Amino acid sequence: MKNYQHSVSLDVAKCKGCTTCLRRCPTEAIRIRDGHAVIHSERCIDCGECIRQCSYKAKKATHDGLDKLNNFRYRIALPAPALYGQFDNMDNIGYIIAGLHAMGFDKVYEVARAAEMVSAYTRMYLRRKDIKKPVISSACPVITRMISMNFPFLCDNIIPLLPPIEVAADLARKEAMAEHPELASEDIGVFFISPCPAKVSYVKNGFAGEKNNVDHVLSVRDVYFVLIEKMKQIEEPAESTEAGMIGIGWASCGGEASAVFNEHYLAADGIENCIRVLEQIDNENIPTLDYVELNACSGGCVGGVMTVANPYIAQARLQSLKRYLPVSPNSPVKDEIPESAFAEGMVQYNPYNLLSDDRMEAMRMMADIENICTELPGLDCGSCGAPTCMAFAEDIVKGETNADECVVNMRMLFHDFLEKRRNGNSGDAVPLEKWMRMRKDTENAEGKTDGGNV
Amino acid sequence: MHEPVTFHFDVDGENFSSAGEASVIIKKKLRQLGFSPDIIRRVSIAMYEGEINMVIHANGGAADVTVMDEYIEIVLSDKGPGIPDVELAMREGFSTARENIRALGFGAGMGLPNMKKYTDYMKIDTEVGVGTKITMRVNTTG
Repeated sequence: MKNYQHSVSLDVAKCKGCTTCLRRCPTEAIRIRDGHAVIHSERCIDCGECIRQCSYKAKKATHDGLDKLNNFRYRIALPAPALYGQFDNMDNIGYIIAGLHAMGFDKVYEVARAAEMVSAYTRMYLRRKDIKKPVISSACPVITRMISMNFPFLCDNIIPLLPPIEVAADLARKEAMAEHPELASEDIGVFFISPCPAKVSYVKNGFAGEKNNVDHVLSVRDVYFVLIEKMKQIEEPAESTEAGMIGIGWASCGGEASAVFNEHYLAADGIENCIRVLEQIDNENIPTLDYVELNACSGGCVGGVMTVANPYIAQARLQSLKRYLPVSPNSPVKDEIPESAFAEGMVQYNPYNLLSDDRMEAMRMMADIENICTELPGLDCGSCGAPTCMAFAEDIVKGETNADECVVNMRMLFHDFLEKRRNGNSGDAVPLEKWMRMRKDTENAEGKTDGGNV
Repeated sequence: MHEPVTFHFDVDGENFSSAGEASVIIKKKLRQLGFSPDIIRRVSIAMYEGEINMVIHANGGAADVTVMDEYIEIVLSDKGPGIPDVELAMREGFSTARENIRALGFGAGMGLPNMKKYTDYMKIDTEVGVGTKITMRVNTTG
């Protein structure tokens, strides 16, 4: 987990060190240090919330550029179903497929097709008697990472099948190899057109720690601007979608869950809501449920930060696009899903934020944290660079910051100081800086005797 | 032997949607202390059930968690109506929760039985009209 590569990055020059992202990060992964945001890699779940919230556009999703197409003789596009909802006044998905060909892709394999296969498999899987319920979808990489970090008992609720992107990549590559025996595997480039940075991390790091079949991840936004120009030049597309209502439905919240054809399902969107649902499942405080679909982004994948359109407008467009499509033209039985897409135990518990490997030391630190917290104002203002007073106390005890960063407490001290001067104690008045240093020294001395006082 | 760490929570009786917040915080704290998932889960479920009980029956109360060398102790105390028949209350499925509360999915009569099931020690001190104090322990060694 140490070398986990993230796909959220920061443009330091643009970051003002404001506290917007800090306070919206669901895993408290961000701190403000030296006037700009810093992301703690081991806590980040790539949800993209900080990118969405940043007022200065300093947070960026890292993904591959279109120039990567030049590295391969044969290029395969894997459009996420969310891409289909980005275009206004478009009544035929064939335009997108034809446009992708015009952009230089030799083959287009719709992820929505693989999504239908995953749905078909899920329906069979849910009928098994030997599984732990509720079964949780593996589709959103933010959710699976969240579970691996915080919910050890839910790891084996996740369906042991890789998400549609992986199934699509595997099948598309095999098809291409069969159609073009002259191609070597490295001649083929598989490009996923993604609505979110989490899928970028997913591809960089692999899912079960193994290399996956996607070579590069492009953003829906980058593709959109090139693609729309190509689409304008197409009179009547020769191609048409091979996906149906179910596959396209995966783009928005509820689409995936309703495809299990079982009324005992739950679909939630927005990372905070998803965390609350996971907490309740963990506490066994839920109704009888067979299947749980969780989308870190509001609205589902259409809400990803690498999209162009408003997620709810995209969803409305998808509703009319899929209206006259068949329900699920891609519903093969299990053996058509590549064997490599099945992975038992693919999500493992990886706890984070451990205070110390030594329990005694951890207990001592925890006691200090609780103590310090009682001295803090409890405003959770973020001015110290930590998202909450509690997180600030943790940072102090871990030695990552010091108590003087609390502007509220500092202001009170400053006020005290001025008060003392005004009341004629000025005989022994010392310059502010020196006074603060003295105060700190006394505090440090007190701190030594205070240690075990709980 | 080292100093125990204590956590205190006021459980708000007015607010159903915030019931269970203390158990979420405790989960995080125990994770930070490096306890095993099994122990964390047992403490968190016992505490969650207790919190819900205090909200449903006693208009809230207090939850105190103490992490000691050999066990984690959870003390839930309230100034609610008390439990007239503890033996009956411990029966699975027995509930005195009102219909409107059951409609929210609570009051299935599994609270106390679950608390007993997930902990290694449980003691109920209750007096009708005065309040209830429940002490639970989850062993952390052996």
